[in-house]
Amino acid sequence: MRKALFYIILIMISLLFIYPFYWMVIASLTPENELSSLTFLPSYFTLSSYIQMFDKIPIIRSFFNSLFVALSVTTGVLIFGSMVGYALSRLNFKGKKLIFYLIIFTMTLPFQITLIPQYIIIVKFGWVDSYYALIIPYLMNTLAIIMFRQYFKSIPQDLIDAARIDGCSELRIIFRILWPNSIPAIVTIAILTFMATWNEVLWPLIVIRDEHLMTMPQLVTLFAVGGRAESQLGVKLASAVLLALPIIICYLFLQKYFIQSMVSTGLKE
Amino acid sequence: MKRKTFIPYLLVSPYVVHFIVFVAFPVIFSIFLTFHDWNIIAPMRYVGLSNYIRLFNDTIFIKSLLNTLIFLAIHIPLQIISALVIAEILNQNIKLRGFFRATFFMPVIVSGVVVTILWQQLYGFETGLLNRVFIQLGFGKVGWLTDPSIAMPSIALMATWKNVGLYIVLFLVGLQTVPAHYYEAADLEGANHFQKFIKITLPLINPTIFMVVILSTIGGFSLFIEPYVMTGGGPLNSTISAMLYIYKQGFFYYHMGYAATLGFFFALLILTVIMIQKRYVEKDR
Repeated sequence: MRKALFYIILIMISLLFIYPFYWMVIASLTPENELSSLTFLPSYFTLSSYIQMFDKIPIIRSFFNSLFVALSVTTGVLIFGSMVGYALSRLNFKGKKLIFYLIIFTMTLPFQITLIPQYIIIVKFGWVDSYYALIIPYLMNTLAIIMFRQYFKSIPQDLIDAARIDGCSELRIIFRILWPNSIPAIVTIAILTFMATWNEVLWPLIVIRDEHLMTMPQLVTLFAVGGRAESQLGVKLASAVLLALPIIICYLFLQKYFIQSMVSTGLKE
Repeated sequence: MKRKTFIPYLLVSPYVVHFIVFVAFPVIFSIFLTFHDWNIIAPMRYVGLSNYIRLFNDTIFIKSLLNTLIFLAIHIPLQIISALVIAEILNQNIKLRGFFRATFFMPVIVSGVVVTILWQQLYGFETGLLNRVFIQLGFGKVGWLTDPSIAMPSIALMATWKNVGLYIVLFLVGLQTVPAHYYEAADLEGANHFQKFIKITLPLINPTIFMVVILSTIGGFSLFIEPYVMTGGGPLNSTISAMLYIYKQGFFYYHMGYAATLGFFFALLILTVIMIQKRYVEKDR
């Protein structure tokens, strides 16, 4: 009996989560004049919101900008993160402790303090309105370094010793020996980095002004805030749907990994 | 073997360069900037402590700090209670647990911009879904985003909807570490469900609760995109967050010196709050 009550509560709560998404998708396909009374289905479907949006903003271009930036950042974070993580977990050198403290310092530092100076650096480097501004500051991620360091510690030293005897260079050890044995860590870091980069808005808003270089969330934000949607709700919602779609599609396939990754960072804090 | 000695340095050198350029220099430069007036183009002007004096007399900044505080005061308890209740239900040997978990998690992975655009419509005064439901139920219309005393709570409610999935999963992990025989022992004593929850579950998942508090505090202090898109900080500055105000000072008015001062002060405030929370956790253990 109590079980039944639990199921009813859970189903009701899930509706609170599913229905807004459902409404958003349907609303983006509804003629503008029916939006104010839409609850489940419009009298007919139309693509006019999407057509108008494509006409007003370079959303496809921004999708590829976002994709390029997110993939570059993820690749960089994986490569540099594993290099530093390896040095910290498996090699001995002077200053190792110092590097570790610098990482902890960076992790505890609120980003609010570095935001303004970082923007000034980008200006002085002449990187405003360039992909550099979106990619280079993010290539190094302290959380990724720490996660790689932890994971590499769990890999048997014998494996590394054997590779050294075979004459493997350190880089070869990292990418040919350790990587294939660290798939869970790589997947976690890749998902977290990709998602964070894909969804980032504040930084792009600051360093990108050229519409053709904007990332997708940035373009959609400015579209929703600025006057160009001409307070046409359907058009705004259509841009929001397109922005949500890529991540939701990834989520449908990799749902378990998404949840595990997010939980593992939560537990690290 | 000589070759080996510089290899570690080679491996960490990208990190060191990155640290110097994007962390160490900005921190030092930020402190330097707080004593100057600068719009990036004109030469920098030394102004002594006047940025700090201005900060303490800046009613909008103080208002933005209070707003952030209001946000946290509503968001954190709401988030913990709802996540805990849902996690506790999901932990009852429920079928389709994976489906429910995945559903509640969906807003977590979606960009905040999407959630904000969606909720802006739900909160709409004339034809928003929530007010339509309220009218059906016989209540009056609510100024979700137009009434200055309700706008910030509305944003806090939306943020809870967005993030609660993550905390449900974190609590589920926590709940699963509670040994089953504790409950069995309580059953023998005739304890009811509520008693078991208060006496056994709550103390044992205390660490998870504190973690959730710290995570949502950090998240709350970064509140930016939600008020930026939804309200622009209005009505009557009732939803302007500290981060939104810093953004406006820096990138709207180009008051780099003053924005850096705000950022510096705000960062110190965040560190202090987190420090106090962590100290409290450690004492508790």
